[in-house]
Amino acid sequence: MKSNVITIIRKELRRFFFDPRLVISTLILPGLLIYLVYSFMGTGFTASFSTPDTYVYKVDTVNVPESIHGYFDGIYFVDQNEVDGYNAGKERLDAGESDALIVFPEGFDETVAKRDPEDIPNIDIYYNSSRVPSAEAYTNLVRILDSYEKSISNVFDINNTEKQYDLSTQKEVTSKVFSMILPMLIMVFLFSGCMSIAPESIAGEKERGTIATLLVTPVSRSEIAIGKILSVSFIALLSGISSAAGTILSLPKLVGLSGQVDASGYGIGDYVFMLLVILSTIMVIVSVMSIISAFARTVKEANTAVLPLMILSMLVSVTTMFGSSVPNDAVWYLIPLYNSVQCMSAVFGMSYSLVNVITTVSLNVSLSIVLLIVLAKMFNSERIMFSR
Amino acid sequence: MDEILELKNVSKTFRLSAKQRKIEHTDSKLRVAVSDLSFGVEKGEIFGLLGPNGAGKTTTLRMISTLIRPDSGDIIVGGSSAVSSPWDVRSKIGFLTSELKLEDFFTPNYIYDFFSSLHNVDEKVRDERKQFLFEKFGIDRFAEVRIANLSTGMKQKLSIAVSLVHDPEIIIFDEPTNGLDVITSRTVTDFLLELKSRGKTIVVSTHIFSLVEKLCDRVGILIDGVLVACGSIESVSDGMSLEDRFFDMYRKVMDKRQ
Repeated sequence: MKSNVITIIRKELRRFFFDPRLVISTLILPGLLIYLVYSFMGTGFTASFSTPDTYVYKVDTVNVPESIHGYFDGIYFVDQNEVDGYNAGKERLDAGESDALIVFPEGFDETVAKRDPEDIPNIDIYYNSSRVPSAEAYTNLVRILDSYEKSISNVFDINNTEKQYDLSTQKEVTSKVFSMILPMLIMVFLFSGCMSIAPESIAGEKERGTIATLLVTPVSRSEIAIGKILSVSFIALLSGISSAAGTILSLPKLVGLSGQVDASGYGIGDYVFMLLVILSTIMVIVSVMSIISAFARTVKEANTAVLPLMILSMLVSVTTMFGSSVPNDAVWYLIPLYNSVQCMSAVFGMSYSLVNVITTVSLNVSLSIVLLIVLAKMFNSERIMFSR
Repeated sequence: MDEILELKNVSKTFRLSAKQRKIEHTDSKLRVAVSDLSFGVEKGEIFGLLGPNGAGKTTTLRMISTLIRPDSGDIIVGGSSAVSSPWDVRSKIGFLTSELKLEDFFTPNYIYDFFSSLHNVDEKVRDERKQFLFEKFGIDRFAEVRIANLSTGMKQKLSIAVSLVHDPEIIIFDEPTNGLDVITSRTVTDFLLELKSRGKTIVVSTHIFSLVEKLCDRVGILIDGVLVACGSIESVSDGMSLEDRFFDMYRKVMDKRQ
């Protein structure tokens, strides 16, 4: 039995690895494209939604009081320019000649000095949110004026020293980001990897009439099923690794956390558990897809039939992105696919429980074995294998 | 009589899908492909199964080769039942039909070795047998060319070679010369006669009368899933040409049906 399974696995792998088109499109392109696209998107977002660090905001003022004039002088990224009234300032703002216009009420300093709760002066800041420098200028001016307001009536400070107050480590930032985003992306990659090869391996052989040639040999149906599922799982795993590598390398750029996200904080144990969860998940996905493909008459039909399963799995996968905590109760880990997503999230979040990981892997492996038996029985069914 | 293959009251009915019923203009949900079929094939002979399209020839051969199971009856191949011991039967037969295709991606060399492995053929024996068959059919020159790039005739010859990787005692060929040019067709028929001279038992299905007359020791005529005649060509022909005798029987069956 063992040698027949190995013979079939070797044939399936040869079919894949000796076809440069399949290798490029399934193993190399996904990782490479994900890295390039995500990096490009991350860099593009950063460039589109922020100005360079050296940018100086052009701020027009009307009736700027002496006290604030001096305050602005000390801020290097603000170039203050007094204009002749609101209309002149608005014209310059509309023409893009300035980034913001601040209109102070007349006698601002005197009114502030009175400290009359019934007579609080209002500062108007005009800006254009469709222009990145103008939107940023507004945010910064609000911050600056807030800080000025505090400085003239300062009673106490909060976090106003050079100390580091955010005690989160790089490891914690990484685990938080990865546990929210990666499970969903990994499920997408695993499904994409499986979809490109599982229907081809079974429905494709049916469509081309080559499966019947295999069925008249003295090889048992279960050997054929095991050989196919193991080889497709292996290729899907490689495809998943390629996609995951591309994602992990480009994710810091995508989420704007370059320098703060680093996957090197995970230990060997974390990677081993992750690999076990991913492998067992692949086996479930491949088994289900193989059964669907066995029902289909053509690869196209199989791909169409597999789509609802993919959509369902995507819905399950996004649960980790809502920020809710991973369930601890082992019962949740008896739900196929959901268990894998939650386990991945927990492992990436470095908060996994060994019992839940074992439950997930055991359930996935058991389910795969049951599905494999079903597939072997389907290979025996002439209605399924020879349907036209 | 040393019968190596025996069909005992074999019947097979297919369920028709709505699409098939529409195509065949019938309201019946079932179609009897083969009804109460019984015949035997003697060791070392070439037995021809003759009949028009849809007569049940391919279904019969598919049941013998264990691709499908009969609804009732049994098929004994070299002492093993195709119903209860299909694995034993598969190792005793070589089966070739136009439905069985070889994967286009691979080379003849690889695909031959692959099927040899599945039949547990020893490597040394495999290489000797491959050399003989490849030389016989002129495949050796194309041994490392992808099957996708081979001609139809060469693909058919490779399929024959692959069906014989394990040197089976019983060889079952469904329409072996279908779609082949005259030269390839002749190569195949000559090879079948050579196999017979080496003591192999061969069952071929065809609707070509000349092929039956040239090759077969005995013939079974199948019309509408029923074996209407079986025996030596002389006894079945009953003083007429095989073709005339066939149409005579065919008319009688059709008249009876109407």
